[in-house]
Amino acid sequence: MRIATAKETYVADEGLLTTNTQRAWMIILALVLVLAPFVLNAYWLYLACLVAINVASATGLNILTGYTGLVSLGQAAFMAVGAYAVAFLDGHLGTPFLLNIFAAGLVAAAVGVLVGVPSLRVKGLYLAIATIAASFILHFVFTHWVSVTGGMSGVNVAPARLFGIELASPFALYFVIVPITAVMVLGAANLFRTRIGRAFIAIRDRDISAEVLGIPLLQYKLMSFALSSFYAGVAGGMWAYFFRVVTPESFPFATSIFFLAAVIVGGLGTILGPILGAAFMTLVPELLKYVVEWLGPVFPNAGAALSPVRTIVFGALIVFFLVFEPQGLAEIVRRIRRFFHLWPFKT
Amino acid sequence: MDWLFFAEVTLAGLGSGALLALTALAFVLIYKATRVINLAVGEILMLGGYLFFAFSAGFGLPVWAAIPLAIAGGGVVGALVERALIRPMLGETPISVFMVTVGLGSVLMGAVELVWNTDPRALPDFMGATPVFIGEAYVSRKIAIGFGVAGVVITLFLLLFRFWRGGVALRATASDQAAAYSCGINVPGVFSLAWIVACATAAGAGILVGAIGGISPTMGVFGLSALVVVIIGGLDSVLGALVGGLLIGLVEAWAGTFLGGEFKLVTTFSLLIAGLMIRPYGLFGTVEIERL
Repeated sequence: MRIATAKETYVADEGLLTTNTQRAWMIILALVLVLAPFVLNAYWLYLACLVAINVASATGLNILTGYTGLVSLGQAAFMAVGAYAVAFLDGHLGTPFLLNIFAAGLVAAAVGVLVGVPSLRVKGLYLAIATIAASFILHFVFTHWVSVTGGMSGVNVAPARLFGIELASPFALYFVIVPITAVMVLGAANLFRTRIGRAFIAIRDRDISAEVLGIPLLQYKLMSFALSSFYAGVAGGMWAYFFRVVTPESFPFATSIFFLAAVIVGGLGTILGPILGAAFMTLVPELLKYVVEWLGPVFPNAGAALSPVRTIVFGALIVFFLVFEPQGLAEIVRRIRRFFHLWPFKT
Repeated sequence: MDWLFFAEVTLAGLGSGALLALTALAFVLIYKATRVINLAVGEILMLGGYLFFAFSAGFGLPVWAAIPLAIAGGGVVGALVERALIRPMLGETPISVFMVTVGLGSVLMGAVELVWNTDPRALPDFMGATPVFIGEAYVSRKIAIGFGVAGVVITLFLLLFRFWRGGVALRATASDQAAAYSCGINVPGVFSLAWIVACATAAGAGILVGAIGGISPTMGVFGLSALVVVIIGGLDSVLGALVGGLLIGLVEAWAGTFLGGEFKLVTTFSLLIAGLMIRPYGLFGTVEIERL
């Protein structure tokens, strides 16, 4: 049972971590994250990096969809913009790694603002469809602006270099990708303790009321788009350094659905949600691979069924969570926490 | 410029536009009755094509039996989906229901890949190949038949909405659910009906689309073009689906022929964004007024 957590000041009450238990868990998490690469093998490190990249992008989408209520199915396209920006800067200008990642975020943010312009006129599902349109138009740009994007064959990215160390293996990249993601998640958590973040939430809850209360909708909706696509751009930049080749097919439309699904499965409008959701949705297909390997002796052609089964499980997870657990994984975690807070009393 | 060639391209565009309008009708029906955008329409269309393939090529049934069976199969899927997935989501935000249909589309696509694998296939030919000539312009027979069928079905729907009790009930539900309830209309029944009819229509459209272009698990993309049609025409307007379908069909055919195949999607989507900016509720859609 949790006791003695009364707060005497607003500042203490608004803190990110309000109890000692939370602080202890955070320290444990940080230690696990630091020590993990020394324990895990290359395959799991590869997955850990992939999860971190997806968490960064899903967190960005959550700012837009979960907190501002603007549904976007263009997150993958913004990631692609970031990835191409990194490829261009790295290949043509040779600017340093961290600057490239940051610039990728800025370029994606600029594109995001452009895509967000229709959000002034349309909202809800119409906006979702406008972002679908935008992502197909961006895909067209990627295949046809050959001088920058290399057309269908894409561009190669040289390994990232930081302080003279070449970051080529997942082990080395882990120490760059995970801290960047951690900073971005922390940034998102802090955003919603500021005026801007609260304005986003007001717009989500009722945009007309928010406007009446003196929140300029145009400015804040575009800001939300910019922030969200900044996250996507940075994630895409890390993706480019991680896979080292960017093609128009690297970020298909299905990836946008993947991110929206990750945010929904994790829990819209929570910080924890996209982290859990992105990890879950990235790891489930990998676990399916083990299931299929395990079933191999029983069903000889189980391997051929892997890809369709993944598609089915992906869709079924979205449907299952929306129907049975609409608040997502974050709500499950909250329930578990509440159980321990109140224990030995019944919830 | 070769006017005969232009006329032929235009006719082909009108033909595929009619198919788009037919698919768009499935969107409109479901949206009108239940305020749900069903992104799985494309996958149900694909399923219709595959069901026809299974009945005619797999079980060796004659075409006149396989077509109604495939359409009925689409209807059954619609009924199941409405009852099992959409009904429990009543009252949730539109975006949640939208995502349910996205998930459903993924499930259907995976299921089709599992059963029939990913190879594209050709449907058994049941329309003949002798070309049709309108004046001097050549039209593929399949496209002409597709246009005819789509025209008949859309006219039928317009008549049903106007004169049939069920159609009137659907319009009543669309304009005010609570009022429809209090007039004794079985609103959940209307929801079921709309889903069944819409999915059957989509499955039928799938047979036509598959007969023209062959079937593959990715043919659900056709649904995205149809989505553009309904957004431009107006989500709740049958007339909008018709006009929008023909318009998009024409634009796609012209862009595909005169600019190149890869310009097809980008042109329609640019048109979509322009349409949204100028008329957010589509050409014939009902303008929703928001009040505090």
